[in-house]
Amino acid sequence: MTEPLFDPSLKKRKKKQVQFTVDPLGADEDPTAPAPETIEETTVDGAVVDLGPSTTHERMKLNGEAESKPAEEEDPRAMFGDLKKKKKKKEIPMDFGEDSGTSTPIPATSTPDVGASGEAVEDLDFSDLKKKKKSSKKKANFDMEAFEKELKSSSTADAAAGDEDDGEPTPAVDLDDDDADLGDDPFAQPAAGEILAGVGSGNEAWLKSDRDYTYPELLGRFYESLHLANPSLLSSSAGKRYTIAPPSIHREGTKKSIFANVTDICKKMHRQPEHVIQFLFSEMGTTGSVDGAGQLVIKGRFQQKQVENVLRRYIVEYVTCKTCKSPDTLLTKENRIFFMSCESCGSRRSVNPIKSGFQAQVGKRSRNKTG
Amino acid sequence: MSVQNLNSFDPFAEDGDPLGDSQDVGSQSEYIHIRIQQRNGRKTLTTLQGLPKQYDAKKLLKAFKKEFACNGTLVDDEKMGQVIQLQGDQRAKISTFLTENGMEKATIKVHGF
Repeated sequence: MTEPLFDPSLKKRKKKQVQFTVDPLGADEDPTAPAPETIEETTVDGAVVDLGPSTTHERMKLNGEAESKPAEEEDPRAMFGDLKKKKKKKEIPMDFGEDSGTSTPIPATSTPDVGASGEAVEDLDFSDLKKKKKSSKKKANFDMEAFEKELKSSSTADAAAGDEDDGEPTPAVDLDDDDADLGDDPFAQPAAGEILAGVGSGNEAWLKSDRDYTYPELLGRFYESLHLANPSLLSSSAGKRYTIAPPSIHREGTKKSIFANVTDICKKMHRQPEHVIQFLFSEMGTTGSVDGAGQLVIKGRFQQKQVENVLRRYIVEYVTCKTCKSPDTLLTKENRIFFMSCESCGSRRSVNPIKSGFQAQVGKRSRNKTG
Repeated sequence: MSVQNLNSFDPFAEDGDPLGDSQDVGSQSEYIHIRIQQRNGRKTLTTLQGLPKQYDAKKLLKAFKKEFACNGTLVDDEKMGQVIQLQGDQRAKISTFLTENGMEKATIKVHGF
């Protein structure tokens, strides 16, 4: 066969510009997570895949990391790379959220502090945005470092400007409006930079004003003081990112694929290879075997990306703790039911058994005749 | 009811074996599974399994076939019940079709790569 590996999902994806939804279990339960607006994290088939930090808390963690040790973060084996891409995408519309830890769902349309430098700030931010967009579009095989550098540079730039702007270009906004009183404009969102600057010292501007405090302000304040009081929250698991070597898939003949590093990956996930393989087979609707060298031979043609997708779903379902999202879990079987217990938060839950559904008759009927 | 042992009656046929391979296990009961299977070449097969009883599979199949311009059949599987089989990779289309017609997105589970 001269054609490349077959990927039925490819053509759809190209058209659609992958949509994403937030992990329903993780992010939605966290009150700080913004409602999924433009960005959702799900694969084309609707499977929810999100391991990247999404809550304010986690983002703060990330930021703390970025600021404390930006260069050290060499992540050679990105968690399949894509995770990073997703995270980046998620952060684009919330430029301001990165620095302050607030996650304002509505992008600020006019910022109070932007004075004469407003134009410059905006320019700067736009370029930043462009940069980010570009980088997120690239097939993400690069690592954390670039992103964090970017993040840092943008944050420092913003700090230097004394204010931040939202990343969203809003043509309707008149810059003159920016000088308007904060309390008067109901649509004005407080700049996150302002919150950041004031928080901690207890001298937020809005504390003294008579107007109602907005949710993001209070939320930012809460997290700021929380992290001031408990620095350990930021640093406890900082720097630990769940990374797994991408599956190495190559072809054997025209009809089989070989998944070479299946044992390595299983070892990394602390899961029995049988369990993983069973899941792979049932999800991909195929069969296969393990050869002498510990490689998995899968019937059918699969690309690395496809296997990656399935593996990622496996990780979401059977590896990461649904409560704390830690991948530090153990899978045990009791009375025919698998239980997953988290090593870091101690939660324990049963997981769905793997079962392959209906298998249609493929190929010659005479071949699978038994007896 | 004379000699019940001789009847080929499955006691679990109606209720479903709680741990059997029917899909009434716990939370999985309501899921509609959409799967894909590779055939030879670039061909694929999409199967839809676990359709709730209130939907007429036959009519749905007809709608699918018209909408997606593909062929398909209804397969009666002794374990899985009625399964809709469609030619080609129709997973995304099926799930959007079902959600647009008032089915909960959470109940649809799309499998495959």
